[in-house]
Amino acid sequence: MSESQTTKIQVRGLSKVFGSQPKKALELRDQGLKRPEILEKTGQTLGLSNISFDVKEGELLVIMGLSGSGKSTLIRCLNRLIEPTEGDIIIDGENIPKLNEKELLQCRRRHFSMVFQNFALFPHRTVQNNAEYGLEIRGVDKAERTQKARDALKQVGLDGWEDAMPSQLSGGMQQRVGLARALANDSSVLLMDEAFSALDPLIRKDMQQELLELQHRMKKTTIFITHDLDEALNIGDRIILLKDGEIVQIGTPEDILTNPADEYVARFIEGVDMSRILTARHAMRPVRATAREDDGPRTVLRKLSENGLDSIYVTTRERKLLGLVDADAADQAAKDGEQSIKAILHDDFPRVGPDEPLNNLFAMFNEKSRPIAVVDENQRLLGVVVKGAVLAELAESGER
Amino acid sequence: MAIDIPRLPLGDWIEGGLDYLTTQFSAVTRGISHVTQGGINSLNDALMWMPAWSLIALIALLCWRMSGVRLAVGSALGLALIWNLGLWDPMIESLTLVVIATLVAVVIALPLGILAAISNRFYAIIMPVLDFMQTMPAFVYLIPAIPFFGIGSVSAIFATVIFSMPPAIRFTTLGIRQVPKELIEAADAFGSTRSQKLVKVQLPLSLPTIMAGINQTIMLALSMVVIAAMIGADGLGNEVWKAIQRLRPGDGFEAGIAVVILAMVLDRLTQSFRKTKKAQ
Repeated sequence: MSESQTTKIQVRGLSKVFGSQPKKALELRDQGLKRPEILEKTGQTLGLSNISFDVKEGELLVIMGLSGSGKSTLIRCLNRLIEPTEGDIIIDGENIPKLNEKELLQCRRRHFSMVFQNFALFPHRTVQNNAEYGLEIRGVDKAERTQKARDALKQVGLDGWEDAMPSQLSGGMQQRVGLARALANDSSVLLMDEAFSALDPLIRKDMQQELLELQHRMKKTTIFITHDLDEALNIGDRIILLKDGEIVQIGTPEDILTNPADEYVARFIEGVDMSRILTARHAMRPVRATAREDDGPRTVLRKLSENGLDSIYVTTRERKLLGLVDADAADQAAKDGEQSIKAILHDDFPRVGPDEPLNNLFAMFNEKSRPIAVVDENQRLLGVVVKGAVLAELAESGER
Repeated sequence: MAIDIPRLPLGDWIEGGLDYLTTQFSAVTRGISHVTQGGINSLNDALMWMPAWSLIALIALLCWRMSGVRLAVGSALGLALIWNLGLWDPMIESLTLVVIATLVAVVIALPLGILAAISNRFYAIIMPVLDFMQTMPAFVYLIPAIPFFGIGSVSAIFATVIFSMPPAIRFTTLGIRQVPKELIEAADAFGSTRSQKLVKVQLPLSLPTIMAGINQTIMLALSMVVIAAMIGADGLGNEVWKAIQRLRPGDGFEAGIAVVILAMVLDRLTQSFRKTKKAQ
């Protein structure tokens, strides 16, 4: 989330009219008419109107809107599954709407992988062959694509399922295949169209978390479509709010929560100011991995890398919280041949009780953005609160 | 009171057109005739060269592999009955006509079906043509077949191909059009060319439907091959035809039952092929 990111995609003045007389509709739009009037006068549907935004290299950009807001149209215009009516989409110097058929094919192969709401796995292909699809049509040779697909399946935790057919898998696992198919392709941009909307809430949360970790590891530029504010706040580096085919606000989750651009956004996040009623207990999540006081630095390192963490809590057998170990300190200790982690244990992280109000937590996220440990009166570790979770919890309670 | 509208000479026009085609393309039709007759003869010879019991065993084995013991035993008994009735050779002749007519029909139908699935314009053109082909009484095709290819089996194949092709075209088109839109979108999103999309996604997914169409084609071909005895095609139809002329209902029913047995074996066998494909 640093500020010095380069721009990956520039979208300028993108519009889409569904119908046979797009020019007429755009003229009326330029006269200041809105979607319903244009529909009434011309029978043309203004799907997107004058959309401009940048996508930065390596960011996770969420495009959020209710159904009919044009978000699916927007993501499909990017790789021209839907032909835009006017506007520029520039990726690495190429203007996508201007490409001919052959160039478009190459552009799709090189730049875009897509994950779909209803998975869209090929039912006649095994999990492995699904993951290979993008490479196969590019003509990558068998050995290489087998390896890459295997790696991608491993990334999403599906090793051992290569020979299964998609119909044998649960919804969550099917979408992992969908994600692996996109990752194996090694394209520069990941397009996710309501990718988690068809999953049940628990699995959905898991998948969001995993996507965040993947994103953290791979730094892949990702455009994620959702209709769910909770999801948007939880995973987005930045959020674009779309309404009736127009952008209402672009900003970080905090921007949108604290500084809604207009009434529409405000209504969206209405009631989100529940922070005084909600407590740390609501927003905390189970700790995925902890280290024991008698673990050596190498064990700690393994746990860190297995879970993709950069620091880990250390507890006693009774889960009493002793402190935190950072990855670089553990690494150094391992190199120095230390046998114990006691020396590198530190206390430099916030800890709160489960009844701490959420609005007090905002201030506690320190610069290293360490998560907040939630402990009971006996200092036993109950859970952990990450920044995104606070916002998500607030957003969710706003909807109730 | 009746207004005297001259009768349209529709029949004359059609005849004129057919005459024109026959004379202009006689070299072509003679070539087709030659090749087809060669194919019929060699397949006939091959099937008749095999002893009847070995062919029965082979078909039973195929039924067993594709479907199960029941179909295998049923087929073997049915075919053995045909052999016992002395109708083995006519049955082989009918089978040959069905096999060749189906092959020709499928080879023509698949590309047309694919084209109709991809192009809306071609779809709009071919669907009425298919309706025409299917509703026109089957006998009518026999008549122009004679000037083109003369009396005999080649004419029978010609008429049979025309009569039996529509379902293969229809089902191919239907199968491809039924492939879910998301899968097409997924194939496009990864940058598939049109032919990659066809070969890797659309055709494999429509295969069960296409097989259902081919099954229909085979059934129609069998019924037409029997009727084609009227223009001198060999086979079981010829046995029925002879029985009619000599007023021998017993012979007629024997041949008719042989047709039914052949139809059931072909139908169950092709259906089982479709089902195993689907299960995969």
